[in-house]
Amino acid sequence: MSLFWLVVIVLAIAFVGYVAGRARALASAGGDMRDLHSLPSYYGANVAMKAAVPAFLILVLWLLVQPFVIHSNISGMIPEGSVGEGSSLGLVMAEVRRAAEGLDNAVATGQMTDDFARNARADFNDITTRLKEAGQIVTSQITQPIMRAAQSYRIMVSTGNLYMTIVVLLAAIAGGLWGIRETNAEFRARNTVERGIRVILFSAALIAVLTTLGIVLSLVFNTVEFFRLYPAMDFFFGLTWSPSFSGRGGSSELGILPLLWGTFYISFVALAVAVPIGLFAAVYLSEYAGPKVRAVAKPLLEILAGIPTIVYGLFALLTVGPLLLSAFGDNGLGIMKAGTAVMTAGLVMGVMLIPFVSSLSDDIINAVPQAMRDGSYGLGATKSETVKLVILPAALPGIVGAILLAASRAIGETMIVVLGAGAAARLSLNPFEAMTTVTAKIVSQLTGDADFASPVALVAFALGMTLFVVTLGLNIVALYIVRKYREQYD
Amino acid sequence: MTDTTLSPEIRPAPAAEPVKSKSLYALDDLTRKRNASEKRFKFYGIGAVLIGLFFLVVLATTIISEGIPAFTRTIVEVEFTLTQEQYDAAEKELFKTKAYEQFFIGALQGQLEESGMSVPFDAAAIERIVGKTGGTIREFFKANPGALGSPAAFELAASSRVDGYTNGRVTRETLTDSRFLEKSDLDIVDSLVEAGIIKTVFNWNFITGADSGVDNPGGAGIGASVVGSFFMMLVVLFLSLPIGVAASIYLEEFAPQNRFTDLIEVNISNLAAVPSIVFGILGLAVFIQFMHLPQSAPLVGGLVLTLMTLPTIIISTRASLKAVPPSIRDAALGVGASKMQSIFHHVLPLAMPGILTGTIIGLAQALGETAPLLLIGMVGFVARGYPDGFITGFTEPNSAMPAQIYTWAARADYAFYEKAWGGIIVLLVFLLTMNILAVILRRRFERRW
Amino acid sequence: MNEMPNLEQASDMTASKISAKKVQVYYGATHAIIDVDIEIQPRSVTAFIGPSGCGKSTFLRTLNRMNDTIDICRVEGSIKIDGEDIYDAKVDPVQLRAKVGMVFQKPNPFPKSIYDNVAYGPRIHGMARNKSQLDDIVVSSLQKAGLWEEVKNRLDEPGTGMSGGQQQRLCIARAIAVSPEVILMDEPCSALDPIATAKVEELIDELRENYTIVIVTHSMQQAARVSQRTAFFHLGILVEEGSTEDIFTNPKDKRTQDYITGRFG
Repeated sequence: MSLFWLVVIVLAIAFVGYVAGRARALASAGGDMRDLHSLPSYYGANVAMKAAVPAFLILVLWLLVQPFVIHSNISGMIPEGSVGEGSSLGLVMAEVRRAAEGLDNAVATGQMTDDFARNARADFNDITTRLKEAGQIVTSQITQPIMRAAQSYRIMVSTGNLYMTIVVLLAAIAGGLWGIRETNAEFRARNTVERGIRVILFSAALIAVLTTLGIVLSLVFNTVEFFRLYPAMDFFFGLTWSPSFSGRGGSSELGILPLLWGTFYISFVALAVAVPIGLFAAVYLSEYAGPKVRAVAKPLLEILAGIPTIVYGLFALLTVGPLLLSAFGDNGLGIMKAGTAVMTAGLVMGVMLIPFVSSLSDDIINAVPQAMRDGSYGLGATKSETVKLVILPAALPGIVGAILLAASRAIGETMIVVLGAGAAARLSLNPFEAMTTVTAKIVSQLTGDADFASPVALVAFALGMTLFVVTLGLNIVALYIVRKYREQYD
Repeated sequence: MTDTTLSPEIRPAPAAEPVKSKSLYALDDLTRKRNASEKRFKFYGIGAVLIGLFFLVVLATTIISEGIPAFTRTIVEVEFTLTQEQYDAAEKELFKTKAYEQFFIGALQGQLEESGMSVPFDAAAIERIVGKTGGTIREFFKANPGALGSPAAFELAASSRVDGYTNGRVTRETLTDSRFLEKSDLDIVDSLVEAGIIKTVFNWNFITGADSGVDNPGGAGIGASVVGSFFMMLVVLFLSLPIGVAASIYLEEFAPQNRFTDLIEVNISNLAAVPSIVFGILGLAVFIQFMHLPQSAPLVGGLVLTLMTLPTIIISTRASLKAVPPSIRDAALGVGASKMQSIFHHVLPLAMPGILTGTIIGLAQALGETAPLLLIGMVGFVARGYPDGFITGFTEPNSAMPAQIYTWAARADYAFYEKAWGGIIVLLVFLLTMNILAVILRRRFERRW
Repeated sequence: MNEMPNLEQASDMTASKISAKKVQVYYGATHAIIDVDIEIQPRSVTAFIGPSGCGKSTFLRTLNRMNDTIDICRVEGSIKIDGEDIYDAKVDPVQLRAKVGMVFQKPNPFPKSIYDNVAYGPRIHGMARNKSQLDDIVVSSLQKAGLWEEVKNRLDEPGTGMSGGQQQRLCIARAIAVSPEVILMDEPCSALDPIATAKVEELIDELRENYTIVIVTHSMQQAARVSQRTAFFHLGILVEEGSTEDIFTNPKDKRTQDYITGRFG
């Protein structure tokens, strides 16, 4: 039975439970609604809730755990020797899954009997050819161990699904019956339902915490794994970044410092562009511009913030990079070798951050009470004097917070640097040289062909951990400052 | 600046006494200087706004001018008749397709002469312009033997360089002779254009088609990844809206004032600022490594983007809930509704337009996000076709619009760059539509209390 | 409303510090001040009284062109200070406001030190040639505002940390520091407790010797205590203007009488 139908059936049980619960409640009150504690629909909802919620909970948990269990069982079946040179357990497992799926599809389309699929041996029956003939994608020759693993995989999945269906349906029915049993005129159905809803609301709020927990755990586990293979000191203080994908990454040098340097250099260029422009724009829009100019210019500027970063990345790679190259490259000043460089990525990122800085600063400048402006104008100050000597100093903490948020944005930005900054890790002062960042390397380490268990891939998690800690620190400080600042004028 | 050691003995300065009044009509030097600096400062402000707008204009014109060619394609339209005898003769040849090509060139020449032009060309030049034509023709007549003897029209895609020449990407100056196209070929192209044999048509395939391999930029389309994005957005919508609204209601209306609630709130505001790539790492580690969900599947992409969008949706939903005045809640509670009833019957419906606006904006953000998709394998996957069904749409590997754009950009080929810009236009059209929808919703239902 | 000519006012015409004629103020489409004529005497305290929303604050703000900062506000008629029209194109509001200082309803010290608050005006107007001159101005302004003894040991503490009454006197010191000739006060005591109010009122009385003071107040007692002349505004119209004693003991207009006897307001 497919998942879809299982969900439909559970929903149907819940609906039947709703009708039954409602009817039973009315019957127990002799058909007079006024004798009930709650509205009849609450009795129905109580039954439906008890039928559906635990069943779905079991379903979700089962779906999460089953692949994990099957995976660890099957991988135990694969003998050491069958993992070839240059391959990995992960790749073999993928092959097993593909073979199992192929068998499934072949059976489903009638090109193979179920019996054959269960018992065929790869070394006698030419499974690979038969699957290929059946239009299935099989990448390599299926060996007997893989075939056996694929067959048990199929069986485990189908029995697992069968048990899941049975357990979920039983849970739904049992829950429904329990709900119907407790239904009578005195039963406080509304309170029960509302308590249930409250729990559901609470668990929704909990997801945010679980997300953070998930992020932290996935980073921590893999980072610890990485540090087991690669010394932490070399990672944090190494001056060279040169991963070696050959072998098992044994000769790699994975020092984070060149990456951090690139990250901070590019972020610095970006902020050097975005902060003055954004700040002046915010001052102009909030203090000088008339309502009409403001109504047009502000949303237009904010469009810049709504443009996806991939667009900026392409803009950096294909427009800004070549433009800079023609000015600073060999035909110009001769200090730039390729279009991808710190300057390219930094400039474009700066453009992206302009509206971010300006709208945050705008909010903060507007939070400075009008009384401050009046006081200053009343003494004969000009607007610019008021801005420079009263408003900006008063808004300073908030603006610092905004800049920190922008910095965290810049540090965590990925697409612009992947496309615009280059790929070479370098410790250099020349902003027209290609450098790379933490985020760009996370992408390249995890999208390469490296085995997930090797240090060259695992290093991405350590990089991610560093990125997470740095940006989280910046965010916490920035949000704290901004909140304190707002409280001051509330 | 300040001086705490000022002694109280300091004599009051005479400067502070109002002695004689200066005329207001005469501007003193200092005021003039101050006004000049005022003007300068204002000018900086205008400059900053203009710089911002300038970037916007540059970005927009770049996207449009670079991307529009992706929506057109150049075709070579030739009509000719192949007789049964010619067919039989060709089939007897050793190089059959070569023979068909000869027929094609003959027909082309005929058509050119008909329109009064004569440019000498050879088979190699034609091959450079439309690729190997013989195979296509042979296949057509093999499949439709009935078409033999009567005129048949062939619409053949011009090679990508010819395409570039007709839409201005390649010019006579920039073209270097190569085995792909030679300068002399451009004369042929010019006269073919004049004769109406080469023409530019709207490229439907770009909008509806699927990605092609690295060697065929002309055939690449964004349609399949639009579908991938669509399935992802379905996942995001159906998970993040209910979860986001439920979490917001809890935090705004029910949460007790305690440390745990504080923790959740701080958590949410910080999650909103976590770099998106970190969500990609989470997706990779939890959904793919741990749960073994299929790689490159819109389902996984949707889950990752849901987690990423949730904080945004929660923040905007809470703002809309907060905007409903407490008097509404009091009124409902006053007639004996339970708290839950007052919220679900009164507060939530009133906050709904705001919630939907926030959700649409969150979805638009998720639609354009690329970085997390890189890590869960949606980039690099060549989306060659559409999913077969609704359910498989979620689980079968697919690409997504921004991921597809990245894939094209990473192929480092000018023909694919054009596709990438074109893809951006398609993506921005979707984003613009969503944002306009949000603005309309807000305008239409905005309520001032 | 001006049918009863004020003899005293007419005789003092030449000596008056501020002279307003046919002043109209519009906020968008709203006509907020209608046909106001008034002469304000030098070195005295003039009080504007009237129910809230009557336009007294609006009129006060036209006297140093503070309304210029509001986009939709438009002023017509003529206002002359020392015979010079302050709405003349030649006049820079910045210079005008140095001459006509202002103290606001809520104390609004800048979030800076006490010293920097007072030094702000002299600094922007370039009134001190060096640090010691600036020190002198700060000290004498604080002394004149009667605040010196209280703050002399904490000049670098933030002005926002003081009590409300102290903050308001700091704002007065801040206004004095630019050596204005006129000081406008917009309900300066409405946010203060009675003791702080008494101190500020005392200060206003002392300042009268050197400055022309115009004060808006909604407290009739305060007007009676501190002012020599009083003007009663109602619905944007200047109903009656005269010596404070006359207004409170012998009002000529029925509306003035109703207001000071508490029938409305």
